[in-house]
Amino acid sequence: MVRRQPRKRLDEDLLGHGDMDLDTITSVLTPREPGALPGWRPGDAWLAGGTWLFSEPQPHLARLIDLTGLALPPSAATEAALSLSATCTIAALDRIELPRAWIAAPLVGQCCRALLGSFKIWNRATVGGNLCLALPAGPIIALGVALDGVCTIRTGAGGERRKAVADFVLGPQTTALAPDEVLLRLDMPAAALRRRTAFRRISLSPNGRSGALLIGTRDADGTFALTVTAATRRPVRLAFPRSPGADDLADAIAAGIDDALWYDDVHGAPDWRRHVTGLLAEEIRAELGDAA
Amino acid sequence: MRIVVNGHAEEVAPRPGQCLRTLLRERGWFGVKKGCDAGDCGACTVHLDGEPIHSCLLPAFRAGGREVTTIEGLSGPCQPGQGALDRAPDALHPMQAAFVAAQGFQCGFCTPGMIMTAAALDQGQKRDLGTALKGNLCRCTGYRAIRDAIAGIASAEAASLRDPIGRSVPAPAAPDVVSGRAAYTFDLAMPGLLHMKVLRSEHPHARIVAIDRAAALALPGIVAIFTHADVPEARFSTGRHENPADDAADTRVLDDVVRFVGQRVAAVVAETEAAAEAGVRALKVDYAPLPAVFDPDEAMRPDAPRVHAAVPAGADAPPLEARANLAAEAHGLVGDVEAGFAEADRVYEGTYRSQRVQHAHLETHGAIGWRDPDGRLVIRSSTQVPFLTRDALCTLFGLDRSQVRVVAGRVGGGFGGKQEMLTEDLVALAVLRTGRPVKWEFTRQEQFVATTTRHPMRVRVKLGAKADGTLTAIQLDVVSNTGAYGNHAGGVLHHGTNEVIGAYRCPNKRVDGYAVYTHTLPAGAFRGYGLSQTIFAVESALDELARDLGLDPYAMRRRNAVRPGDPMVSTSLEPHDVEYGSYGLDQCLDLAERAMATPSGDPAPEGWRVGEGMAMAMIDTIPPRGHFSDARIGLRGDASDRRSPLPRGEGRGEGRDLSGMVSSLTPTLSRTGGGARRGDGAPSGGTVYELSVGTAEFGNGTTTVHAQIAAAALGTTPDRIRIRASDTDAVGHDTGAYGSTGIVVAGRATLNAAEALARAILTRAAAKAGVAPADCRLEADDVAVPGGRVALADLIAEGPLEAEGRADGSPRSVAFNVQAFRVAVHPGTGEVRILRSVHAADAGRVINPMQCRGQVEGGVAQALGAALYEDLRLDAEGRVTTQTFRNYHIPACADVPATEVLFADTHDSVGPLGAKSMSESPFNPVAPALANAIRDATGARLTATPFAPDRIFRSVGTR
Repeated sequence: MVRRQPRKRLDEDLLGHGDMDLDTITSVLTPREPGALPGWRPGDAWLAGGTWLFSEPQPHLARLIDLTGLALPPSAATEAALSLSATCTIAALDRIELPRAWIAAPLVGQCCRALLGSFKIWNRATVGGNLCLALPAGPIIALGVALDGVCTIRTGAGGERRKAVADFVLGPQTTALAPDEVLLRLDMPAAALRRRTAFRRISLSPNGRSGALLIGTRDADGTFALTVTAATRRPVRLAFPRSPGADDLADAIAAGIDDALWYDDVHGAPDWRRHVTGLLAEEIRAELGDAA
Repeated sequence: MRIVVNGHAEEVAPRPGQCLRTLLRERGWFGVKKGCDAGDCGACTVHLDGEPIHSCLLPAFRAGGREVTTIEGLSGPCQPGQGALDRAPDALHPMQAAFVAAQGFQCGFCTPGMIMTAAALDQGQKRDLGTALKGNLCRCTGYRAIRDAIAGIASAEAASLRDPIGRSVPAPAAPDVVSGRAAYTFDLAMPGLLHMKVLRSEHPHARIVAIDRAAALALPGIVAIFTHADVPEARFSTGRHENPADDAADTRVLDDVVRFVGQRVAAVVAETEAAAEAGVRALKVDYAPLPAVFDPDEAMRPDAPRVHAAVPAGADAPPLEARANLAAEAHGLVGDVEAGFAEADRVYEGTYRSQRVQHAHLETHGAIGWRDPDGRLVIRSSTQVPFLTRDALCTLFGLDRSQVRVVAGRVGGGFGGKQEMLTEDLVALAVLRTGRPVKWEFTRQEQFVATTTRHPMRVRVKLGAKADGTLTAIQLDVVSNTGAYGNHAGGVLHHGTNEVIGAYRCPNKRVDGYAVYTHTLPAGAFRGYGLSQTIFAVESALDELARDLGLDPYAMRRRNAVRPGDPMVSTSLEPHDVEYGSYGLDQCLDLAERAMATPSGDPAPEGWRVGEGMAMAMIDTIPPRGHFSDARIGLRGDASDRRSPLPRGEGRGEGRDLSGMVSSLTPTLSRTGGGARRGDGAPSGGTVYELSVGTAEFGNGTTTVHAQIAAAALGTTPDRIRIRASDTDAVGHDTGAYGSTGIVVAGRATLNAAEALARAILTRAAAKAGVAPADCRLEADDVAVPGGRVALADLIAEGPLEAEGRADGSPRSVAFNVQAFRVAVHPGTGEVRILRSVHAADAGRVINPMQCRGQVEGGVAQALGAALYEDLRLDAEGRVTTQTFRNYHIPACADVPATEVLFADTHDSVGPLGAKSMSESPFNPVAPALANAIRDATGARLTATPFAPDRIFRSVGTR
């Protein structure tokens, strides 16, 4: 839930800082309802679980606005959709009981387990935090994109707007949120939850941060979609009217993911990410095959 | 707000941005450790309403109205400064008791968080510890002992064993460690404590034109600001050796030239950490950037920017040639290598690269300094070298040895990283200038950007062999990047080119090595001290040569490795003091080969390619040219505090008691030394021995072994030995806990002292009984004399019984390690899985098998990190970009396979009671053994670590 400020320069990181107390914070607001959210001002940060905010120096921050005071219901499953509040914890998400017809349900646990953080982090980290942090490896982003998730955003003026997860995450630690906007909710339509799914993930160490996280979905009508995350700077969803052939899928990946879109950081070199994306995509294609 | 901590309600007022961890520590709950402050390591784990969380990530205000349980209160309610053991000796939580029984720790710094996490696991989680423990990092153990603890498997035997040599006696500090009472460097409260923070350079090379401190000085709480204008002109080396001239004196406390991004620029001392940080942010520095060079080859070019204007040479492998930026050189020629290559049937040549890796001990660097009531400067530091640090401070500040005391608490891991003076000089300066106690505790980020690393090295190796495998020539060309300062540049280069080829019989050897200054983070001492980098090259090359000749890799080693009687020659024929005190390489090769031939290990996943590989390593048991230890031991009457299972001074208990007055610090701190004091089973009414040693315990287990050695010599049990360590007041001198000397040098001194005391006791008993000493036998509580017994208590009534022992680290012996792996490699993704890991070690007589196994397992695990994952990355300007554990991946539980540890059966004539060193060396053969297994599986010869999937997939892949 933390809005990412423009990327700090490394030399700013080198300023001494000690305990992970955020010593520049001078006040914490805990509004009890969305209407009571204060007007945003520079130096503000929205606080949800705090697992990222308190994990790095934040010398530019002066005030925390604690969203857990809103007491949003963590989740709701209706006939129409699965609705997750931004403050729903990963632990709560993992525990949700879903209707039997929602055969995409295993994705929820698979994505929770893809989180780099341990089960102790699950107790605090939130759905909204994972989306807003917008790390390429953010597994809730993958879940949301694969299942046609839509974000509900509260605007600075007090209104609401909606944005597909696929359009919400723009790049590493960059989202479509304006500084004064808050993510409130993620909705995934029931139709998407009825899809067959296949999940693949790889990292440089067995439980490391995802270097590529791919989800394939296949609708009852044969529609096939491949969601590529972690390997790319932002999520990519490739849709096909029916299950593609191996070459078609490879071509679609090559055409749909520009060279510059492959992510480059310590958790995987871009050429490897591209290579393993091809391998994992083909495994997913084979798993979801034509049999259905 | 109100919180309930360990069963007691407290009224607290957290600062708005404060995390729960610091709040708890401010309240005296020192069992809550800081490992990373980023939610990655888990050392700060507590329970919040019964749910385990990382307390560094929880905004403290969120604990309002909730119940917090720390390690101290895991087994029941307690007050700050107390813990389970204050209620009863057996009041440990079952998980705490399990960690004692399995000895699931070494340094113990991760242990409170590990136990708090383990105690919250359900059965399902316990079946998948790789997942359940992914938020808990341990750098010492390699996790096997932790997995055993959680599974309820016990390894430890009783500390009350007679004849304790060769037995798995538990660490005397075990109850302290698992209950959160063991006092590490910062686990004490001190009134009036000031905090220091340091501004670090943004530039790789610049002259500091001006530092404007006005804005910072105007801030509230600022006490002092130090810049290069305020410090001694003298230069020193952060690297510490017995002979301080070994390392180039090229470093100032604060310099007016910065030579790497992250170098200290100015220090701010303030009433709080927050104020000090605000002061740092308010400093304005005017830099005049200078040209910089980051690559060692470029740095050696004549036109390269100079890192140091006038290079001061270190005495250890000083530079000889007039190349630019040389910090050290090592050259050696034996025989005629060209003739050797000419007579070879096969020649192999390859270039191998070892990357920059970090020690990643869980306790960061740091020190607290103050003046004691006599006005002495006292520095409590996380150090492996208290005596050498004291001497360095005396030289730097013009103080007499009697005016400075350096003491270590329990040290949370070192691995060579704490054979440096990285904090103590600045803390001392601040204490001397302000007159007040000052603390400087590194953050994890500082640990990554501004401490030391292994020396990155490029090693070109050329080997020639006859058709039968006999080596005809060995040639090494080494370029080592020492970074901006020359600490350990010469020592690492010299050591790195020594045993690696000394291990092989070959008439023709040539070494040319260069350690080069660049504008990067300084490298320093790191486990293996240069050998891991060169052994990677030579053992990989031998594997290639063996393959080329159609020879088995074990046979290749047997044909060429030195055997007793062979001169050990590396780069010169000069006489040296290394001898075959024992020889177990033959056994190690046999043990590893036989174990690998028996069916065991994990099956290979479908479609992965499987291979096996091995490598060997030799190491001198002691560093060259003198390593000294003093020990003193005395017989004491029943100590008054023996009723309590733990001496009060050991826990935080007295840490809080003393918070009112600094004058009480001295007696307290004298007992909070490095490790164990004694076990929990000491009988009442008898006598105990008080042993003082200078060496530091940082998880290596030397305290346990010292107790065993002393107990064996004195006919008593280890729980009757109390140890005071890591304190310059304890004994005359100790070179320090480096070079794997804790047993072979400090243990030798202990043995000498204990044997001398035993003689003195027998002599006095014999005189008292009117018999010959030879007819007397020393037992636990008395001396058996012909026809009766003389109580030890009666002997001390006649006057003190004390003795001293000394060891000088010469002669030296050799220890051996053989590592073998079976691996599976995914031909598409480049993933490597270890199916089987076997490590055979020649440690001489193994004094504590459980601990020695732990040293091997931990060494293998740390080496697997360096071989598979770790890479301290620098950007084009020399900035370290991997500043957190989530971006610098050290092995977690899921990453470390079980290693079968096998010991050769040898008895060393040099080491105490036949023992040899076994701390650094298990690290050394791991990377080449893994590379050789991957080569066997895939045909690909990997020449650069780490073998991460994204770096090797093209080489090992088929699709």
